[in-house]
Amino acid sequence: MSRAPLLDIRRLSRDYASGGLLGGKHVTRALDDLSMSVAPGTIHGIVGESGCGKSTLARLVMALDRPTSGSVHFGGEDLFRLSARDLKRKRRDFQMVFQDPFGSLDPRQTVGRIVAEPLHVLEGKPGKAERRDRVAAMLEAVGLAPDHAARYPHAFSGGQRQRIAIARALITEPKLVVADEAVSALDLSVQAQVLNLLMDLRDRRGVTFLFITHNLAVVDAVADRVGVMYRGRLVESGPAQAVFARPLHPYTRLLADAEPDVTRFGRPDRPPVAVAEPIDFGVGCSFRNRCPLAVARCTAERPELRELEGGPEVRERLTACHRAEGLLETNTPG
Amino acid sequence: MSVVAPSDTRQAASAGRLRRAMSRGNLLIGSLLIGLMGGIALLSLVWTPLPPGKLQIVQKLKPPLTQGLLGTDHLGRDVASMLMVGAWNSLSIAVLAVAMGAFAGTLVGVTVASRRGWFEAIMMRANDVIFALPPILSAMMLGALLGTGRRTAIIAIAVFMVPVFARVTASAALQVWSRDYVLAARGAGKGGIRITVDHILPNIANQIIVQVTIQLGLAILTEAGLSFLGLGMAPPAPTWGRMLADAQTYLGRAPWLAILPGLAIALTVLGFNMLGDGLRDLFDPREKGR
Ligand SMILES: Nc1ncnc2c1ncn2[C@@H]1O[C@H](COP(=O)(O)OP(=O)(O)OP(=O)(O)O)[C@@H](O)[C@H]1O
Ligand SMILES: [Mg+2]
Repeated sequence: MSRAPLLDIRRLSRDYASGGLLGGKHVTRALDDLSMSVAPGTIHGIVGESGCGKSTLARLVMALDRPTSGSVHFGGEDLFRLSARDLKRKRRDFQMVFQDPFGSLDPRQTVGRIVAEPLHVLEGKPGKAERRDRVAAMLEAVGLAPDHAARYPHAFSGGQRQRIAIARALITEPKLVVADEAVSALDLSVQAQVLNLLMDLRDRRGVTFLFITHNLAVVDAVADRVGVMYRGRLVESGPAQAVFARPLHPYTRLLADAEPDVTRFGRPDRPPVAVAEPIDFGVGCSFRNRCPLAVARCTAERPELRELEGGPEVRERLTACHRAEGLLETNTPG
Repeated sequence: MSVVAPSDTRQAASAGRLRRAMSRGNLLIGSLLIGLMGGIALLSLVWTPLPPGKLQIVQKLKPPLTQGLLGTDHLGRDVASMLMVGAWNSLSIAVLAVAMGAFAGTLVGVTVASRRGWFEAIMMRANDVIFALPPILSAMMLGALLGTGRRTAIIAIAVFMVPVFARVTASAALQVWSRDYVLAARGAGKGGIRITVDHILPNIANQIIVQVTIQLGLAILTEAGLSFLGLGMAPPAPTWGRMLADAQTYLGRAPWLAILPGLAIALTVLGFNMLGDGLRDLFDPREKGR
């Protein structure tokens, strides 16, 4: 635990302005003051319902977008303070895998060219023969054949395409791979294969993953640690098994209860979410209108992430709930 | 329900088959027409039945087959030879103009798509202004500046093509920019120009080719209009447009003088349009792999 984090996100916010010239401007706060850190060599899961800001977080970590405020430190360096040139150089260390394997591969390029793409941008770009060898080795590493490099993406199934996308993400030997819903579009058996591949890469190559999904079962299966997001905020974090076994935030419990069987993969039925009436986002807890435990304090005071007093079951865990102690008691088995 | 369903699917299948047959027909007839016209145009560079400018006043206004294959005009010139050279003049002007317009318009379009912001706003407004000027008008203004002739006709038509290509390219390119593989390329560290060359252009090439084909038909029509009005190539170079204009006086006595160049224009435009439609269907991703 004393290891320096590979990724350190500090008080990150991102506002999207919508609305035209006429008609008042409307600001959506997609990320709200989010802080978290990811230790090297781990799979860090992020869960939360649709629209809670997961993809926004992924784009910011990849420096594909700029935050409204806050910073992302990668290997100790603030990504948004780097010069364009230094950032470009740094990009080999963090790569991304996208959700839709049918949209993330250019249909007009061969698999070999797709996988080699990040190499072309490198300074001291490897020569043609070396590129070909590295692509072949990487295709084998993700369970494809080297001679697949000559084909076009349309010749492959969804699972194979996702392997191609993973090969592209790994070709520069990055320290961090951001996977945004990387298995959500795949069939169950294929999901399991790809997840095994990710765990294998963590164990053998020490790759760190920021693994984003709306699917609790998937996170539970692969993640070492997990962060639960709600409306752009981190509401709970900790070791994945502990968080799902004994939620310290009512939103996590809602998610966990809605999951029929956490050990089974697959897209769960949407949690039966009570339609939340709009509330003033500025003060209090943003979950209070859906929370069975809400009290007056939750309207007046915004809960910050904090540690709980207690035994081993709350070690290394954070929650942003005023009523977490009560939740811990009701959760205690027996 | 179960009774209706099979016939429904059968109908859908036969509709699809009909559509594919039609698009193959378009492609076939379109390329035959354009191949024919292009062949005639090229042939005219090395051979025509008679020199197209040769005057034989005594043989004037002879109907087809009585003097030469397609008769003679009011100055006794051989209509077949004039049509052949006219094909070259029309096609070469159209091809050059569309090539220039497509090049400049595509450049504007992909730049707009990669820059967005104020650049997009300015370029698209400029486009609207140019687009609002009919090519006939810009040819008249250019004619005053440069004198009428081949060069003026090419530039006037090309200028008119730029906004069309800019628009088609920009909207196609914007769609490609929103794809995840472009995000992946940005994540790899590629800049706007690199992404445009590597990903945008290859993925919009089909749409540009279809648009080029359709615009060629329009360019033929515009060139004919310009030379009809005397804004095209200077006499005595034969053009389909001027042949039509000259034929007006003799419509009663020699209708073939109007019908033949009119037919040449119509068949060429039709050919380009059918070719464009056929290519569009051929490239349509919904039809892929079926
Ligand atoms: N480019 C944008 N412009 C305006 N609003 C945006 C933009 N991108 C995202 N948003 C808004 O920000 C919020 C968070 O979006 P985001 O895509 O990060 O959610 P998500 O957790 O990834 O959802 P999903 O599970 O559906 O992918 C949403 O309310 C969304 O409408
Ligand atoms: Mg998302």
